[in-house]
Amino acid sequence: MTHASSLNIVRSGAEVSPGAASAPVKIRVDGLTRRYDGMTVLDDVTFDIADGKFCCVVGPSGCGKTTLLRILAGLDTATSGSVSVRNPAPGVPGNSVVFQGDSIFPWMTVWDNAAYGLKMRRVHQSQIRSTVGHFLDQTGLTKFAHMYPHQLSGGMRQRVSIARAFANDAEILLMDEPFSALDEQNKTILQDELLRIWEEHRKTVVFITHSVDEAVTLGDQIIVMTAQPGRIKKIIDVPLQRPRNVVELRHDRRYGEIVYEIWGHLRDEVEKARQR
Amino acid sequence: MTAFHDSISAPRQASAKAARSHRNTLSTRDRMMGVLVPLVLLAIWELAAQLGWIDVRFFPAPSNVAKAMFTSLRSGELLTNTEATLQRLVLGFVLGGLPGLAVGILMGVYRPLRLIFDPLIAATYPIPKSAILPLILLIFGLGESSKVVMVAIGAFYPIAINTTSGVREISPIYFDVGRNFNASRWDIFRTVALPGALPFIMTGAKLGAGLGLILISIAEMMGAKTGLGYMIWSAWETFDVEQMYVGLFVVSLIGYLLTVLFNELERRVVPWKGASK
Repeated sequence: MTHASSLNIVRSGAEVSPGAASAPVKIRVDGLTRRYDGMTVLDDVTFDIADGKFCCVVGPSGCGKTTLLRILAGLDTATSGSVSVRNPAPGVPGNSVVFQGDSIFPWMTVWDNAAYGLKMRRVHQSQIRSTVGHFLDQTGLTKFAHMYPHQLSGGMRQRVSIARAFANDAEILLMDEPFSALDEQNKTILQDELLRIWEEHRKTVVFITHSVDEAVTLGDQIIVMTAQPGRIKKIIDVPLQRPRNVVELRHDRRYGEIVYEIWGHLRDEVEKARQR
Repeated sequence: MTAFHDSISAPRQASAKAARSHRNTLSTRDRMMGVLVPLVLLAIWELAAQLGWIDVRFFPAPSNVAKAMFTSLRSGELLTNTEATLQRLVLGFVLGGLPGLAVGILMGVYRPLRLIFDPLIAATYPIPKSAILPLILLIFGLGESSKVVMVAIGAFYPIAINTTSGVREISPIYFDVGRNFNASRWDIFRTVALPGALPFIMTGAKLGAGLGLILISIAEMMGAKTGLGYMIWSAWETFDVEQMYVGLFVVSLIGYLLTVLFNELERRVVPWKGASK
């Protein structure tokens, strides 16, 4: 069993993702396998994500989506295979994660939570003030800056988590079902906000979700995974134009077609997962 | 969009405020009861002593205890002894509490350290601290240090044990967040382990201070020439029962004030408490 290091940093520019329109590859995942005590969670997962693309990973529960994200984040290691990030920008962190569920510190105010990454990197105080101020503004949190998380609703807390990740200015944003605990209306609003903020800088995003609708709404590229062990079932490009309006999108005929297509790939997998 | 934010958060704030004020009215009434009940009991005691229902050799009238307290205050004896006790208490609490905090956090964060120290603490914790006083006197002599060490031992255990549980109770996701956002090892102590464990640490500090007060009273009865424990003990030797009650009263007053102090401190350093699910 080879124990590959999970993150290789490769500095070369020329490679181009075959699927996406000629943007250079940002993340290359090659033959990624993860086993826990003999159980294979991820099996030979290989894909590329082009620079600046919003990539959604969908699959039935227990398909290793979260494990994949944790390996990308450097919080877990692969059993074999590799993850490489191309052309890392100097001086900025590799990635920031928006975690599933409550992950903002209950003992810090909204402001201190959003400033956390910058403070840990010892960024200059004035820079922290302007960056955090900007992202709190973008997420509608400015008036709540001095409140503690327990004074906020679930949707507001998740906005803080998003502001924290964006403010850290990492190259890649990794999101692990950030909206799964929210009600339908809040989810739609936050999706819309997320897209709006993302449009500003268009960082490369890997967004884990179990919702097909969410994946099509947000993503440029959708990776459909099989039930356990997690393998890649299909990679689908979403040709819907940007900037997108989350609600108007549902009107688009192509939206329905893509959702339908993904359900076609997913149906057997969900069935398999259920029978286990 | 802004209007939407308001509509989500406003009711929450309003209900939180309502809950707070409701608690306040309740606690005002509770506090009244807390003052009234002891006063009524004192009045009954005074009456019983005056009418000879109880043996005043053992239960002197509160008015006589107050008189003794006044005399003791004027002679400066009470202040000297109280000061000596408080000094030992504070010094011992700091000398035992800080290592307790450090050991507790390290044990909470590092599994190997926990495996090493847990059995040691589990084995030594149940030993009655008062029973090791002779040993402490033997090692540290009759001077100040043996008294301070007793308090330190009393403060160390509850703080170390509670801090460890506090760190272990922190959801692992917060440590992941620290790692993901480039927090150094020291940053993780400072921004995750310590604040996350604070509610438990405060509980440990309260228990430690209480135990410290018990132990200092006992320690001062043996081979001390100052302190409230010494005062109570020498009052027994001269059968000065009023003076004994004065000592007991001041010790319990210190205990009460410590509770008030720690509750206030807790309110300030753990402003998010009461919110944890």
